[in-house]
Amino acid sequence: MNEWLYVALFIVVGLIIPTGAIAAGFIFGPKKPNPVKQSTYECGIEPVGEAWIQFKAQYYIFALVFLVFDVEAVFLFPWAVKIGQLGLYAVVEGIIFVAILVAGLVYTWRKGMLEWV
Amino acid sequence: MNFLNDPLKVAAAWLEGIFTGWGMDAVAAHVLVVFLGVFLLIAILMVLDIFLVWVERKVVARFQDRLGPNRVGPFGLIQPFADIIKLIIKEDTTPEGADKVVYNLAPILSMASVLILWAVVPLAPVMLGVDLNVGVLFLIAAGAIGTLSIIMAGWSSNNKFALIGGFRQVAVMVAFEIPMLTMLMIPTIFAGSMNMNDIIESQNIWYFIISPLGALIFLVAAIAELGRAPFDLAEGESELVAGFNIEYSGMKFGMFYAGELLHAFTFGGFWSILFFGGYRFFGLEQVSPFLAILILVIKAMVGYWVIMWIRYTMMRIRIDQMLAFNWKFLTPLSFVLVLVTALMNALLSGADAWLYILGMFLSNVIVGWVALEIARSVAQKERERVEGAKAVEAAPH
Amino acid sequence: MTAEQIIFLIVALFTLGSALMVVTTGNLVHAALWLVSTLFGVAVIYALLNAGFIAVVQVVVYIGAIAILFIFAVMLTRKDLRDQGPQMNSNWWLGAILAVLVFAGLAFMLQGWSGFSKTAAVLPSGFDAVGLLGEQLTSPNAYVLPFEVASVLLLAALVGAVYVAFNKK
Repeated sequence: MNEWLYVALFIVVGLIIPTGAIAAGFIFGPKKPNPVKQSTYECGIEPVGEAWIQFKAQYYIFALVFLVFDVEAVFLFPWAVKIGQLGLYAVVEGIIFVAILVAGLVYTWRKGMLEWV
Repeated sequence: MNFLNDPLKVAAAWLEGIFTGWGMDAVAAHVLVVFLGVFLLIAILMVLDIFLVWVERKVVARFQDRLGPNRVGPFGLIQPFADIIKLIIKEDTTPEGADKVVYNLAPILSMASVLILWAVVPLAPVMLGVDLNVGVLFLIAAGAIGTLSIIMAGWSSNNKFALIGGFRQVAVMVAFEIPMLTMLMIPTIFAGSMNMNDIIESQNIWYFIISPLGALIFLVAAIAELGRAPFDLAEGESELVAGFNIEYSGMKFGMFYAGELLHAFTFGGFWSILFFGGYRFFGLEQVSPFLAILILVIKAMVGYWVIMWIRYTMMRIRIDQMLAFNWKFLTPLSFVLVLVTALMNALLSGADAWLYILGMFLSNVIVGWVALEIARSVAQKERERVEGAKAVEAAPH
Repeated sequence: MTAEQIIFLIVALFTLGSALMVVTTGNLVHAALWLVSTLFGVAVIYALLNAGFIAVVQVVVYIGAIAILFIFAVMLTRKDLRDQGPQMNSNWWLGAILAVLVFAGLAFMLQGWSGFSKTAAVLPSGFDAVGLLGEQLTSPNAYVLPFEVASVLLLAALVGAVYVAFNKK
């Protein structure tokens, strides 16, 4: 049988049990909401403005760099599985593959995009 | 085949016999039995989780020269159960302006992302969990769900601190996922498989001995992934008041809290599986599956203890330092280490076992030493730069 | 119908429903989260096809990286996350008719194809799909060139991203 079925069962049970725990809290806990209690916390003062702040573009750059390296690392996994049997030429291929991307990392670095400014 | 040698299969066969005896379809009976088994495992994990609250509090108390919980029950053992009751009977508040569905889904996903990790954990030679041939990548896939749950919690709470905390935590989690992914390649290269059980079976010598640097980088990346000190930006009590879970109360907060503890324990377990032989310990695991589980739990506890040790010893790092540390140091280092490991693996493939181990160990030590020297000189320059900037500021104009 | 077909139908409906929610919901973050559930549904379909590696990669890359990137982008660019404008333009009925026609045409053509009614082949036990992929990716007789070119493509993406961000400054 497909082993992913077992994973699916894990996902289902893994969702059911926390839901059950939170539901228990919902059933047994008191429910007396009021506007002051529901207001969001803000360091001893009343909330000012919206909870909506402009984020810096740096987050996006880091996420993009991450995405590129994530894809790269995932590509390398089949390579890593077979590397023990493939010999030196496959290692060289892997080195070239990584070197091209490390050049990208160095470029990003030199352009100052890895600074948290 | 008796119960003591293979408890899972015996119990499953017995239950399946009962269910088919009731006239149930064989496949349906099998699925139902597996469902019950999964339910049992996860229920045990939740109970273990309650116990972990006590462990964590007791250990942190010892690190800080306190006693920890010691009032309720012997050694305060009943304390976490009292805490659970308190969490259940507390009011579940939802902040105004919160996005209700996303807000309630986030703690569930957070806990689930930890629980499903146990699908690929081999507990004993006869209890392999799900025998996935992509086991190590499953680790990262489950982590992706955890990352998502934090961003959901941070965004839906309608709170500035939660949003900032969630964003920072996600930036750190995704950044440290790269060294973690690359370090997962090291056991993969040695074992020639991504299957967790193959990795354990091929560890006649612990991978920690062959690749100590790899184990170390994995631990650092795991701590960042867990969001624990020194990488606990999301929590940041002093600057962000609690981070992404600031608006959560009652059992929803409990899910985040318990999820974090179980996550730490789970990563202690994965650390021991990937680098310390998992359930194997000098053939003792063959004696009884119960002994094998005990060995795994002890190793996982030791890993968990190391994570706690680091947490309560180190101070929190700033986000710019943390990201610079990852992108400018850990990521290049981990790629170099993987390539060196692959190269040495190919060069030493025909060599004697002791030569292989020695070569691998030495190459790790050399890579680590060079990296540390570079880091040292960079840190020196950085100190001089900051000093220089201060001197310019202080100088009379 | 076998159990597998029932599961497939449920997952396919879930995926399509999520995809529909992506384009109809007014809140951009909700759209991103519905996109996550769509991508997860696709991952489940890969798993149903015995393509475990692709299924995990789908979750790691699309949910773990691209969805996060989307959410970051949404948070950075828009102050108001609720889209006030109409969700559909005046040509929606034309699009709907075309979509139905294309679907009907594809279904009609595929009906005659022998592979349409086949069930997925059962993999022999011990079949190492990931190892085979690794061999093919590094073999000079197979896909080593695409493998290396993929690296260049990723490099181009990285340089492009840096260039765009650099010009904005």
